Amino acid sequence: MLDIGLSHYLIVAAILFTLGVFGIFLNRKNVIIILMSIELMLLSVNINLVSFSAFLNDLVGQVFAMFVLTVAAAEAAIGLAILVIYFRNRGSISVEDVNMMKG
Amino acid sequence: MIISSLAFYLFSFITIFSAVMVISARNPVHSVLFLILAFFNSAGLFVLLGAEFLAMILVVVYVGAVAVLFLFVVMMLDINFVELREGFLQYLPIGALVGIILMAELVLIFGSWVINPKSEAIVATNIVSSTEITNTHALGQLIYTHYIYLFQAAGLLLLVAMIGAIVLTVRKRPNVKRQNISDQVSVRVDDVIEVKDVTSGSGI
Repeated sequence: MLDIGLSHYLIVAAILFTLGVFGIFLNRKNVIIILMSIELMLLSVNINLVSFSAFLNDLVGQVFAMFVLTVAAAEAAIGLAILVIYFRNRGSISVEDVNMMKG
Repeated sequence: MIISSLAFYLFSFITIFSAVMVISARNPVHSVLFLILAFFNSAGLFVLLGAEFLAMILVVVYVGAVAVLFLFVVMMLDINFVELREGFLQYLPIGALVGIILMAELVLIFGSWVINPKSEAIVATNIVSSTEITNTHALGQLIYTHYIYLFQAAGLLLLVAMIGAIVLTVRKRPNVKRQNISDQVSVRVDDVIEVKDVTSGSGI
């Protein structure tokens, strides 16, 4: 129990990922919380990559975790920009009528 | 040994608790603050794993940039959050079902994960012993040599994201006078002056 192995980190990452998916289901109307849930899922992926990298003594996992971080930052910026213009057009951020964006 | 184990449990419990609060808090501002807490504690987990550079990047990039961006947007948009929480309980059963199945599968797979001893030989090319050089040093040696093109592509991705966000949110307001330099430079004499031939004794 006190000897922390790879499985401990993987289980923490699995719980975080599940909470991210659960958050998307739970907050179907609030895009901000959905974006935050996606961030949580990406964070759990990062924990997986880094723990494998640490336990396999292979640094490439950390390099890829850094790229995942980059993509997550870009995704958050674009997502929030879309959210801001959507709110400017509609006056609400309800996801249910987002399909008007089809144009 | 026991201290690092206790630190692991502390960090992971706070991370999971704040993740739960992120998805269940009533006020989105609280959600963002709990997201920041989750990122801080994951940075602690990264330090325990020996990935100091990524831990610091997580604090700087996520807490310093992404979470503050979220906070900024949540506070800037004037949203009725009570309305958005309608249907919270409606989706709870199906969400819980999917979540429990997913978690059971993931825990069953990851809980019994063992590393094949043979895999050590496969990754031997990238082994960097942590006693000789620091994590940041080793990561830099890897990124700027083998992964230089991917690194440049990541920079390009950030540039594209930045331009995209600016293009999306820029707003052209009417009735605002702006300096248009290309118009000013391309002005010709005929556009601004008109020479009239005025005969004496009569107006124009």
